[in-house]
Amino acid sequence: MSENQKNLNLNLKIWRQAGNSEKGVFETYPIKNVSTEASFLEMMDQLNEELIGQKKDPVAFDHDCREGICGTCGFVIDGSAHGPLKKTTVCQLHMRNFEDGATLTLEPWRAEAFPVIKDLVVDRSALDRIISAGGYISVDAGSAPDGNTISIPKPDADEAFDNATCIGCGACVASCKNASAMLFTSAKVTHLGLLPQGQIEQSERVLNMVAQHDIEGFGSCTTTGACEAACPKGISLAAISNLNRDLLKAQLTAKSLPSSQSDVV
Amino acid sequence: MSLNLDSKIPSGPIEDKWTKHKFDMKLVNPANRRKFTAIVVGTGLAGSSAASSLGEMGYNVKAFFVHESPRRAHSVAAQGGINGAKNYKNDGDSTYRLFYDTVKGGDFRAREANVYRLAEVSGNIIDQAVASGVPLAREYGGLLSNRSFGGAQVSRTFYARGQTGQQLLIGAYQGMMRQAEKGQVKLFPRREMLDVVIVNNRARGIIVRNLITGELEKHEADVVIMATGGYANVFFLSTNAMACAVTAGWKAHKQGALFANPCYTQIHPTCIPVHGEMQSKLTLMSESLRNDGRIWVSKIQGDTRKANDIPESDRDYYLERIYPSFGNLAPRDVSSRQAKYRVDEGRGVGGKEAVYLDFKESISRLGQSAISERYGNLFEMYEKITGENPYQVPMRIYPAPHYTMGGLWVDYNLMSTIPGLFVAGEANFSDHGANRLGASALMQGLADGYFVLPYTIGNFLASVGNTEKVSTDHPAFAEAKNRVDAELSQLLKIKGSRSVDSFHKQLGRIMWDNCGMARNEQGLKKALEQIPQLKQEFWNDVYVPGDNKSLNPELEKAVRVADFFELGELMCRDALERNESCGGHFREEYQTADGEALRDDQAFCNVAAWEYKGASVAPQKHTEELVFEKVKLATRSYK
Repeated sequence: MSENQKNLNLNLKIWRQAGNSEKGVFETYPIKNVSTEASFLEMMDQLNEELIGQKKDPVAFDHDCREGICGTCGFVIDGSAHGPLKKTTVCQLHMRNFEDGATLTLEPWRAEAFPVIKDLVVDRSALDRIISAGGYISVDAGSAPDGNTISIPKPDADEAFDNATCIGCGACVASCKNASAMLFTSAKVTHLGLLPQGQIEQSERVLNMVAQHDIEGFGSCTTTGACEAACPKGISLAAISNLNRDLLKAQLTAKSLPSSQSDVV
Repeated sequence: MSLNLDSKIPSGPIEDKWTKHKFDMKLVNPANRRKFTAIVVGTGLAGSSAASSLGEMGYNVKAFFVHESPRRAHSVAAQGGINGAKNYKNDGDSTYRLFYDTVKGGDFRAREANVYRLAEVSGNIIDQAVASGVPLAREYGGLLSNRSFGGAQVSRTFYARGQTGQQLLIGAYQGMMRQAEKGQVKLFPRREMLDVVIVNNRARGIIVRNLITGELEKHEADVVIMATGGYANVFFLSTNAMACAVTAGWKAHKQGALFANPCYTQIHPTCIPVHGEMQSKLTLMSESLRNDGRIWVSKIQGDTRKANDIPESDRDYYLERIYPSFGNLAPRDVSSRQAKYRVDEGRGVGGKEAVYLDFKESISRLGQSAISERYGNLFEMYEKITGENPYQVPMRIYPAPHYTMGGLWVDYNLMSTIPGLFVAGEANFSDHGANRLGASALMQGLADGYFVLPYTIGNFLASVGNTEKVSTDHPAFAEAKNRVDAELSQLLKIKGSRSVDSFHKQLGRIMWDNCGMARNEQGLKKALEQIPQLKQEFWNDVYVPGDNKSLNPELEKAVRVADFFELGELMCRDALERNESCGGHFREEYQTADGEALRDDQAFCNVAAWEYKGASVAPQKHTEELVFEKVKLATRSYK
């Protein structure tokens, strides 16, 4: 335990909603003796243990790896997706970043495409459907050539990696005034488009993924940059420029447009 | 009754076994594959790669996972890398060398034929990953980069910075999502497998709980593949994600699948120590840190001085002292155990479970910028979690449960003792023996899913044919569903006074103290008394709020913890009966004069596979003898 360990007393104003069709309300819960060494989700565990002790319904929140990589956790703390620390998921946010006596407001990602399941848990499967629409390279197991057959310039491989680090948490959507998932979509388009093996399908990919993005009910991108500021993996807004470039190119040059695309052009 | 554990290892020279077997196995005609349905449970590396590969071949696949998205499975958290015997570095690597290193690293408790096949397909995995767009690290010339990992003498580890698992999983996930779009793979999110359904001695389906609605669903198939991960969360605190559980595997075990080598657990030496009672999980720090960090504790018991106030003369660099040639790079099991001994001696940092990992010497030798270039992201992560700056004060680290080598017993085809039930990835026991080498878990998961199951599943389906279809109206489905329903209702009915976590933490402590880094007869016997008592208390006094009609995370946890009690007992029993030390299983009674693991190859060169005999009956142990034709049994030495 660090020598600087202290205990905090906090008030938590938390969005409670029993189900998608139920009405939600904020409830306030005081919590005492929260160690500054604990993570935010460990503080939530502590609250839930107390609620269970009082035979009350614990607060539902999504979480799993608790090391910032699975993308399962995420809610809004005082208006910021994943809380106040830059490039940090809520599971990696520690309580030493908060002041004793503070009141913290917790609410779920709010977006039409992310229906609330319960309390702070939302359904983000719309993001999976965007990937399904084209966020892959069509290669069957067994048909791959030797890994070193294609050389890729290191800067391209590094930039592809930076975009591939997206964890699909949805913070970009939650922080966007239009609830757009363009940072998520463009990160995948950029990741695959930078690789020679991904170039082949790039036009169809970008058209299909953008179409699916719109079908899911995500809003349009107005490039405010709120998503980049909230992204726990630091995905750059440049990804959206890449997507726009590839989209325009595809609209002008695509040899055969998928049927779902007729209204895009 | 003694079961015949037929490993079905093909005959012939080890180099030819897999090739010969691939030819000997039956095939399903491409036009007939659509007549078969496969259930895949779990979407980590093994599950995603199996689902996408089978979908590509034309089978109908139903994929089940507890998360909202398949990309969240815990393979995502693997940091270091993936081995591939490509010999791109021209430094003497080969299929044979990767095979040899893996058998030896597993302390001669793995099946040679399986390990050889793993090494054989390791290169194909790298090719497949690259073709799928996985951005593996590259050199300036544009070719793939390799590093040496976990003390290997060749550079065969491919990596994507410290996020190799994430990148490989996303690659496999995208392949599966492509099949989902085509309708070949149907996704079932937020479903937890709670039982396997057996009809006429063959796995024909599963019962899953819809975690959002609570509904118990019946799903039928021609074959069931479980890729449900490991069980290190039996310790409560581990590097595993919160939802990692043994439940799916345990339910299959109770229906007849043997559970092999449950006591083989890997404790990773470099994790961030426990901060207090509310600690929920432990975070791994890549063991690459040991390349430049020196591990030490104070020579004085109960030393309360700050690290920087402890003079050199009072520091014990114990790994360098005990293992002069390997020093701070001693293998995972050895390093972990030595840290435990220092803490047991009362020399842990501040009297707690922690030792120092100190970069002061490297920083003064190489400069802070060189250290920052190598480990900058790890240092940042450490500071984020602990609030301490490791450039200024030594890191505090301690070992934590990380991976489990044991799992459901499978034959060479990855089929369990229940016909039609296949097990892949960490959930099976097959390839790592008593100790897993670094960068081998990702390799095994993808080998099973991309390159083994697509062949062996076809062979099984071609053998059984598709005339004997069952529907979920079969009484076996109702029976299994009733079993699950009864357990859930019972858990909800108790309404006792203690939370699920409070029991899980207590179980974890018993396991950590008695079946952790070092075990002995007395401790294991004590645990075997304590666990059943605690289990009984759990079933009398646990409080599970809510009902089974909506999202209820406490109910999910309760089911998992109930199974961890039973698994924990089996782990202790297995550890008690294995009267030797090997790999991750260290019995204090069996060590050399130097304190090293002492195997007993006469009595224990075997796999212990346990058969469930009922709630109040002791399980029965079966053994599969291990034959080493290629790699000579030898003692590992790191002095």
